[in-house]
Amino acid sequence: MIGSPDLVAFTKEDEYSQTNPDPWALPEEFSVPLHPLADSNPWAKTSYAKFTKDFILISEFSEQVGPQPLLTIPNDPKVCGTFDLNYFSLRIMSVDYQASFVGHPPGSGYPRLSFVEDSRVVLGDSKEGAFAYVHHLTLYDLEARGFVRPFCMAYVSADERKIMLQFQELSLRFSQASECLKAGNRRAFAKELQRKLRDLEYTHSVLQREEGLQREAGPQCMYSAHAVEKANELANVEKSIYEHRDLLRQISSYHHRPRRDPHAVTCQKCMSECLSECEELLDKYAKLASPFSHINTEEGQGKVDNGGEEEVEEEDDEAVKRRPSYTPQLIKAKSAKCFDKRLKNLQELCDETFYEATVDLLKETEKSFRGDLCYLHTRRLDRALRRKQRVTDFLFEEDLGDDEEEEGGSLRPFCAVNHAADNYTLLKPPPIVLGPEPLELDTLLPPDPLDPASETSHVLDGELGLGERHLDSSPSDQTLETQGSSEGTKGSFSSDKSGTGQAEKQQSVASLKSDPPDPDSDLTPDHNTDLERESSSEEMETTAGEDEGDDGGDQTPVSLLEVVSELEASREDECEGGTDGACEMESDLLVPIDTACCMAQEGFLYEASSREVAPHLGKSSSTQPSQTLVVNQEPQALLPIQDDYTVGSPCSERPAAGLELPVGPLGDAVSRASLEDGSDCTMSGSTGSDRAASPLGYGGVMTLRQRKKAGQGALRFVRQYPFAMPALWCLLSGRTLVVLGADEGRVRRLVAALALFVPAPGRCGERVQAWLSCAFTLTDLQRWKLIGLQRVASPVGSSMLYSLSRYSRYISILDADQKTLRCPPYRGQLLANIADHRTYIRRGSTYFLHIQSTLSRLAAKAFLFTFTHHLHLPVSSAEGPEVVEGRRRCFLQEQLGLGEEDSRVLLYLSQLITQHYLQPTGSSAAAPCFSFNYTTSVLYKI
Amino acid sequence: MFRWMLGGREAQSSAEKNPVLCIGEDQPKNCFTELQVLKGHFDIVRFLVQIDDFRCASAGDDGLVLVWNIETGERLQELRGHSQQITAITSFTCNNGLTSHTGLITASSDRSLSLWDPDTGNRVQTISDLQSSVKCLLVLERLCVWLSGGEELCVWNKDFQLHCHRQNHSDTGITALIELPKNCIAAAMDKEIVIYRLTVSTDSSVSVAEIRCLSNHQDQIRALIGVNDGLFASGSHAGELILWDAIDWNILAYEHILWEESHASAQAEIRLAAPKPSEMSIQHLSTNGKLILAAVGSGLYVYSVQTRTVVAYRKVAHDSNVLHTMLLSDSELMSCSEDGSVRMWEIQDLPLPAEPASPGFFGLWTFGRSNKQTGPPSKKIVDVPNSRTLELTGDLIGHSGAVQMFVSFKENGLVTCSTDHLLILWKNGERQSNLRSLALFQKLEENGGL
Repeated sequence: MIGSPDLVAFTKEDEYSQTNPDPWALPEEFSVPLHPLADSNPWAKTSYAKFTKDFILISEFSEQVGPQPLLTIPNDPKVCGTFDLNYFSLRIMSVDYQASFVGHPPGSGYPRLSFVEDSRVVLGDSKEGAFAYVHHLTLYDLEARGFVRPFCMAYVSADERKIMLQFQELSLRFSQASECLKAGNRRAFAKELQRKLRDLEYTHSVLQREEGLQREAGPQCMYSAHAVEKANELANVEKSIYEHRDLLRQISSYHHRPRRDPHAVTCQKCMSECLSECEELLDKYAKLASPFSHINTEEGQGKVDNGGEEEVEEEDDEAVKRRPSYTPQLIKAKSAKCFDKRLKNLQELCDETFYEATVDLLKETEKSFRGDLCYLHTRRLDRALRRKQRVTDFLFEEDLGDDEEEEGGSLRPFCAVNHAADNYTLLKPPPIVLGPEPLELDTLLPPDPLDPASETSHVLDGELGLGERHLDSSPSDQTLETQGSSEGTKGSFSSDKSGTGQAEKQQSVASLKSDPPDPDSDLTPDHNTDLERESSSEEMETTAGEDEGDDGGDQTPVSLLEVVSELEASREDECEGGTDGACEMESDLLVPIDTACCMAQEGFLYEASSREVAPHLGKSSSTQPSQTLVVNQEPQALLPIQDDYTVGSPCSERPAAGLELPVGPLGDAVSRASLEDGSDCTMSGSTGSDRAASPLGYGGVMTLRQRKKAGQGALRFVRQYPFAMPALWCLLSGRTLVVLGADEGRVRRLVAALALFVPAPGRCGERVQAWLSCAFTLTDLQRWKLIGLQRVASPVGSSMLYSLSRYSRYISILDADQKTLRCPPYRGQLLANIADHRTYIRRGSTYFLHIQSTLSRLAAKAFLFTFTHHLHLPVSSAEGPEVVEGRRRCFLQEQLGLGEEDSRVLLYLSQLITQHYLQPTGSSAAAPCFSFNYTTSVLYKI
Repeated sequence: MFRWMLGGREAQSSAEKNPVLCIGEDQPKNCFTELQVLKGHFDIVRFLVQIDDFRCASAGDDGLVLVWNIETGERLQELRGHSQQITAITSFTCNNGLTSHTGLITASSDRSLSLWDPDTGNRVQTISDLQSSVKCLLVLERLCVWLSGGEELCVWNKDFQLHCHRQNHSDTGITALIELPKNCIAAAMDKEIVIYRLTVSTDSSVSVAEIRCLSNHQDQIRALIGVNDGLFASGSHAGELILWDAIDWNILAYEHILWEESHASAQAEIRLAAPKPSEMSIQHLSTNGKLILAAVGSGLYVYSVQTRTVVAYRKVAHDSNVLHTMLLSDSELMSCSEDGSVRMWEIQDLPLPAEPASPGFFGLWTFGRSNKQTGPPSKKIVDVPNSRTLELTGDLIGHSGAVQMFVSFKENGLVTCSTDHLLILWKNGERQSNLRSLALFQKLEENGGL
């Protein structure tokens, strides 16, 4: 409703330089820029996109064939058009900055699972006209190299700003999907391990038997070549068993690991279930460890084969096929080429249920992000505003939906198997890691489960040695740099989760304060200018010279921008400088990026504002702590980011850096105070309100369509029936309207159209009964304000008509067949606006918005009327009730200009507001009241 | 009015055929513009008892007694215990010093009597396995005893101890009990009124003695009320209304209400040729001390005690039998009927003596037609200038079954109970709206703003 044109058109208040802000101005988060920048062509960006609308792409970096697209949502070839998915998959997979460590070091005892956090990157391909939010994740696969399979999910859009501004919510949604996939994957992986272990045990027992037979058969003191081979084989199997048990332990320790990712919230119940499953398995296979009594004798030979361990793994893996039953199978040590095997697909990698749930979640995500940025933005403004209008918004607004979820924060875990909401827990910020744990070189032990992922990788680094490390950490950087230097038109934007979020905020606020004439800048994704300048200035002394690679990349203006993800950063830091590794991590988060590095056609848009902003930032450093507090007080919107930020920032002065608000000479105390009480005031209605309004389940698209359809029906009704006005008046004044007709479809359509006008229709439209074919009673009239009634020519019908005539004083009757309306006469002008049958409005959606705007105006009047003290209570004790009554009438007639009938609408709305305010839940033990008037009815004919 | 909807079929609403009674939907004098439907009973609700200013108890054929808050419409208590329908209910106030506590006494067809505490919902006392079911109850607060009437008359004290009881000769039993001066009570038994005297002996035991039997009614007595200290009245099934002296039990006035054969042709088509006995049966009597309002068949009849004349009447006040009436003031009255409506009337002066069809004639034809008429002196009212009339000022339509009874709580509203298992609480919408506004600003103040 707020989105209706006449409400938002004049909301922008640009006078930030005024020290005396207008107290009547709308809060900043509700403002909408009046017009985009003059020189930016709104169609320019999307014109060369080769796909028609946004979609979600899931890709995999297959170890066999390289990056390949797996799935698009919606799964419709038309959506992608001529867009080259293969090429784009290559692009998005090439910016994978997860700390995905592939393989296991030859020196270490057992292969390790790498626990890595997802990484989030925004990437642009201007040639293709495509921009993407890319979410990388890693799934475990026993058959894959290093047991990991890198995947990514990307939200591909032609509008870069859309992605930038929706980044937080995209990140949240995709994190949920990712968590869901990973949860399913862990289950599947544990099952796979279980199978493998069985096979290994079986093989082991068979081999042992064979070896025993050989020993008995062969000469005692010498081993035949065959016997040696058998013994090696046996040793390999034993080792393999150890390894797999260790893997099982690792996967079951997954949950003990603190998560660094604030969005990574998993369903507690799922987690505990999975955990118990794993532990059960662990117990089971721990007992089977005993048969290796002769392990010492075989040890030396086992070590010989250490180098070829991978091979053995693959041989083993190769033999394991998916079997319905768990009959153990003999694993043959037969080497196979890795390209022969068929890798599991995504469904197999995750549980089927989890996969389905993820796809559903992504579908929903895709749906909720449909429409252009302006639409999304308006919708969020609408919701944000309505959240403050609890007193009246029940009247005509559609239900906001899962309010409680939103209130509770956006961290509600998504659960694939729909565990009840009781397991809902807010994620605690993980413990701050101050330094690396003492190295566990005794690698027989599993990694400390309480260590964050960086610890794991750190340990691995220690074992790997330098060469190895460069191998696994540098490719992404190299790719980036080469891309950056070679392809000037392509850019992947810096988009570290926290860094960007803060930077955006900062930038938007800064630009609002400093750059009023640029109305677009608050919606502009910033390229971290101010933040980076600031952070680099702070961080330079600590990191000087250490971060050669990164710094170099940043200082030279290349067109490709990248902020390395936290994990990547921390890993590098830890190996380069042990003590201040954590700080390094932060500095990497805030890698300076020059505005000039932005995409060529984008750069000039932001330069001006960012230049101006920069000076203010310098002055603001003294007020950092207080600013942090301010932001901290914001209820739900910023907490995730806040957590995120503090999580990764062990140094005390750092947390403030990203959160600071520029307190320039332009900002003053008054506006600041006004900012504080607003929920999301640091954002100029862009990212902040987005995040605040990030719902889990937008049912909005469907219902909106339905309501637009109803708007079409209402428009048709208004144009078709000259007595539409009294009919609408009846509904709005609380008189039950009965739509009588023989044709169910027609009656239902009419009811659906008219339901738009029923005040307080209830969450699910409880006050509307679309089709009734029996006689109704007074209770029904009390419950329903709009009834579709079947006209039947039978005894049933006569009793129904009897009830119609009996209760005729309480109802208005719209005869859909004979096109008559029987209701009290209406002479008012209040509804002439929306019930004009010569209206020029032709489209249902337009009319819907028109209705909404009129109704919201009515609701506002009713609110004013209800809560104006002197209209209901005597001002002085000398006044009698007549005086108050007279004043009330005077207010309605003179100030609101309402006639007798029109006043009734307002009185009814006011009554609803009063009742709703007194009993917000409506869960009173008392029966609801039913008010009516004794007035004669007239019959309107067409 | 609804012919357009009925598609040419004949309208079945009899109100439509009786244009005099069709007040229409414009009722400026009707202040009941808000209602609440109170659900809770599972069967016909027959009785309503006012407990105090804001509470009311309802009882009916489902054996349930429900206590309601009239201000909010909440159900306060649910008194369960009777297994069969409730036949009589009355409130019982004990004054012990400063505090007075009101209890409820109920009688049921399961031949039990119970005393309830409406505050807690507890059954304080109960007596079961009576010889017969009790049909009426009478509380004598002065003596701190109460009486139950049925096939026997029992006197109980407030602790539910039986003082004495008398077997009756009549097989119909006592249908009504009223209190008379000098510790006397009158009991209606079939066609007779029996006067008993209660004697309280020194050890505060009570004994009952029959003093007199008044058998002047020709038919079963349907209603018995005390009018004031010196008068009581009874009405019979045959339409006889007798005014008695409460001290020496003489007949002061005798009215035989017999609606005339209607000579208006339009009504003759509708009415049956001969009036059925139920049409002149006195269903209910109510009084305010000065006027007696009799529900006669489907008509209403207002009788002035002082002048011993008929003040006003309306032969067809409802579409069906009137079940309960009440005098709200000297000029306003209310009636409810089997037709499911409650109607509010006003006694107005006729603008002109030329009443178009002055139908009401009593006594005159009585003597001519019913030859069995005997002794009691009858007063001719033919010559009484019937200068006033009952005008319908409003009606309340909501129940889908017969409205059994109603209780008025003055400005707080009106409670009606019906065979459709519902109670409806009718209120003045404007007043309620003001009250709600008041509550709103109170809450606003408590919350410290929105």
